[in-house]
Amino acid sequence: MIAGDIEFSGELQSYIDEWSKKEGGLVMMLHRIQNEFGYVPRAAAEKLSLVSGIPLAKIYGVITFYHFFKTTKPGKHKISVCMGTACYLKGGQELLGETRSILSIEPDEVTDDGLFSVDEVRCLGCCGLAPVIMIDNEVYGKLTKEQLPDIIAKYRAR
Amino acid sequence: MAYKNFILVCGGTGCESSRSDEIYKGLIREAEALGVSHDVQVVKTGCFGFCEKGPIVKVLPSESFYVEVKPEDAHDIIAEQVIKGREVTRLLYRKDRKSDITKLEDIGFYQKQFRIVLRNCGVINPESIDEYIARDGYRALEKALFEMTPEEVIAELKASGLRGRGGAGFPTGMKWEAARKAPGDVKYIVCNADEGDPGAYMDRSTIEGDPHSVLEGMVIAARAVGANFGYIYIRAEYPLAIERLKIAIQQAKEYGLLGKDILGSGFDFDIEIRLGAGAFVCGEETALLQSIEGKRGMPRPKPPFPAIKGLWGKPTVINNVETLANVPVVLIRGAKWFSSIGTDKSKGTKVFALTGKINNSGLIEVPMGTTLREIIFDIGGGIRNGKKFKGVQTGGPSGGIIVEKDLDTPISYESLTALGSMMGSGGMIVMDEDDCVVDVSKFYMAFCVDESCGKCAPCRIGTKQMYGLLDKISKGQGEEADLVKLEEIGRAMTKASLCMLGGSAANPTLSTLRHFRDEYLEHIRDKKCRAGKCKSLVVYEIDPTKCIGCGLCARRCPVPCITGEKKKPHVIDASKCLKCGECFAACKFGAVVKR
Repeated sequence: MIAGDIEFSGELQSYIDEWSKKEGGLVMMLHRIQNEFGYVPRAAAEKLSLVSGIPLAKIYGVITFYHFFKTTKPGKHKISVCMGTACYLKGGQELLGETRSILSIEPDEVTDDGLFSVDEVRCLGCCGLAPVIMIDNEVYGKLTKEQLPDIIAKYRAR
Repeated sequence: MAYKNFILVCGGTGCESSRSDEIYKGLIREAEALGVSHDVQVVKTGCFGFCEKGPIVKVLPSESFYVEVKPEDAHDIIAEQVIKGREVTRLLYRKDRKSDITKLEDIGFYQKQFRIVLRNCGVINPESIDEYIARDGYRALEKALFEMTPEEVIAELKASGLRGRGGAGFPTGMKWEAARKAPGDVKYIVCNADEGDPGAYMDRSTIEGDPHSVLEGMVIAARAVGANFGYIYIRAEYPLAIERLKIAIQQAKEYGLLGKDILGSGFDFDIEIRLGAGAFVCGEETALLQSIEGKRGMPRPKPPFPAIKGLWGKPTVINNVETLANVPVVLIRGAKWFSSIGTDKSKGTKVFALTGKINNSGLIEVPMGTTLREIIFDIGGGIRNGKKFKGVQTGGPSGGIIVEKDLDTPISYESLTALGSMMGSGGMIVMDEDDCVVDVSKFYMAFCVDESCGKCAPCRIGTKQMYGLLDKISKGQGEEADLVKLEEIGRAMTKASLCMLGGSAANPTLSTLRHFRDEYLEHIRDKKCRAGKCKSLVVYEIDPTKCIGCGLCARRCPVPCITGEKKKPHVIDASKCLKCGECFAACKFGAVVKR
C-alpha cells in the first residue's frame, strides 16, 4: 500500500492540519490516527509524513517507542488482560493463559475470524476488583478463569 | 426548592465498571416514576475510596452508607428511604456477614484517614464547577491573584513544607522559586498525570473525582512562576479522567478562571491536554518533556534541571497531580496549619492505593507519620482469608518490600528510603504467605526490562541480566553465586543509571534478597518454592490418607497423568505432569498437595 491508497476522514484531516502546526503534535496525531483505524497502518504513517513534513523515520521512531501504538490490525474485539501488580498477584497470569488458550492464539495474533486479539496491559486502575480483564471498553472484575468462556461467547455473538 | 435527600453515587472507574452508571440512571428514573424527583437530588461523585465494596451509594442527611449496590436496588432506595424514610438495611455496610451494621464514622476503613487531596472526592459532582466553587474552590486562586504577590505565594509554599508527591519528594516551593528566578519570558507549568506504576491509581481518582483542584493548583503555580501556558500530560489509558479534565477546562474558561485576563487580574494562563502513549519511563520528568515535544520519551542527564531548562529549553515546573491538588488547601488554610500535619520533614498527607491480599482494597489518604501497621491492619482490615502477612511493597517497580518487623515505622519520605523502599507515587501492595519473593522480583524486573528506554547501558543491560538470573533461580537452575551477581549488578545500576527508572529498578530484588535470602536459597539448594508460585519447582502429589478416590482430579487432568481405581487413593505421575494445577483446584478434600 502506498500513501495515496488510504483515505483520511474529513475530521482526521482537519485534526492533522491543526496539530501539525503545533509544536510537538506528533504523538497526538498518531493517537487520532489509531482512533480512526484501530492501529497505525503503514500507508497512514506515510501520508502523515507527506502532509506534516515530519520524516517517516522519525514517525516510526515514535510509533515503535510507545506501547500504545500498534502497527498491526487488532481483532474486532480487543481483550485486555490486566497485568498490574494487584491483578498479577491474584491470578492475572492464569487469566491471560486461559484466554489465549480458549481462542488458540499467541501474543500479537488475531483469531482466524478476525474477531479477537488479546493484549496484556499495565494497570487498568481497578485494583479493588482484581483480577480484571477489559473487552472493548467493558471491565470484568473479580474474575475466575471458569467465567471466561461465557464472557467471550457473548462477544462472539455480537 | 430544598431537597429532602441527596443520593451520592460513586462514579470512579472501579465502581463504573460494576455498573454504577446504571444505578445512577435507575435512581433518577425511579424517583421520577414514584413522583419524588423534587425531593431528592442524585449526584454522581468521584471515588469514595472503598473500592473493595463498590459500587458505593451514600444517602444524606442520614449518612446511610450502602455497599455492593446493584442496579435493581434503585427502586428500594427511593421507595424505602426517600419516601418512607427507612434505611435499606440489607445494603448497609457490615464488617462480615455476622456482624452488626456499622455506622459510617465507625467503619475502620475511614477512621484513621484524613482527607486533604481527596477532600471533594465522593462529595461533589466532578463535572460541576459550581459545586467545586461552593466548597471554597478557586478561592485560593483569588487570594494568589489579588491578595498575595508571587513571592509571597512561593514563601507560603516553602513554609508549608509541601514536597513532591510523585515520588522524589523535592520541596515544591523551592522548585517554583528556581523556575521563577530562571531567566526568560516564556515559562511552562506541566502537570504529570502519567501514572504508570502497576497497582496505583491515586492520580486518576483525584482527577476523576475533583479535576478543578488540579487546575486551580496549576493556575496558582503559573502565577507564582510567571508562566502563561501549561500542559497536562495524562495516560491515554484513562479515558474517564481525560473526559472530566476536558469538561473542567471548558467550565473554567467560561467562568474566566482560565484563559486571558483571569478574573480581571491581567494575568493569562491556558492549559492543553497531551496524551501519553503507554511508556512508563515518561513519568520521569525529562522523558515526559521529550514526549510532550513529540519525540521518543527518553530521559536526559540532570542538571540542568527542568526548572532552569525544560520544555523547548524554557524554564518548566513539573508537578504531580497530588502535589497540585494540595496547593489550594495550603493557601487557604495557611502554611502553619499544613505544616502541623505529618512528621518533622514530611508534611501533610499522602494518598495510597491499597491493594493486593488485603480485606479492604481501596484509595486512602492518611497523615504522614501514620504507621504501615495502622494502614494495613486498621484501615485495610488485615490480610484476606486469614492468611499470614508477608510483606508490603511500596513505590511500585521502583520500591522495595517492607516486612513485619518494620511495620511500626511512621511513614515519611526518609523512613521508607531507609527501609530500602521508597514513598513512590503511592502504590501499596500487600503480599501474603502465598506470594513468592523470587516470583514477585521477577515480575517487577520483567516490567523494567520492558519499560527501559534503552538509552543508558546500566539500565538496558542490567535489567535484562538481572531478569535472566531471577528466571534461572525460579526454574530451579540457580547457583548461590547468582545471588552475589544480582547484588553486584543491582548496585551498579543504582549508581550508574541515567534516570530513576534504572536507578531504582533493582530495589524489589535487593530488598527481598536482604529480608528473604533463605527463600532464594531454598529455590537454589532445595529446588523448592514454598509459596508454590514458581511452577517449575512445584510438585503435585496426592495424600493417600485424604483421597477418597472420587476420580474428579483424573477427569479434570488434561494430560492425563492421574490414575487409580474407584474409591481407592489415586496417584499422580510426576514425569508427565504439566503442573497446570487443575487437580489442586478440583479436589474438594484437600488431598492434592503442592510440595
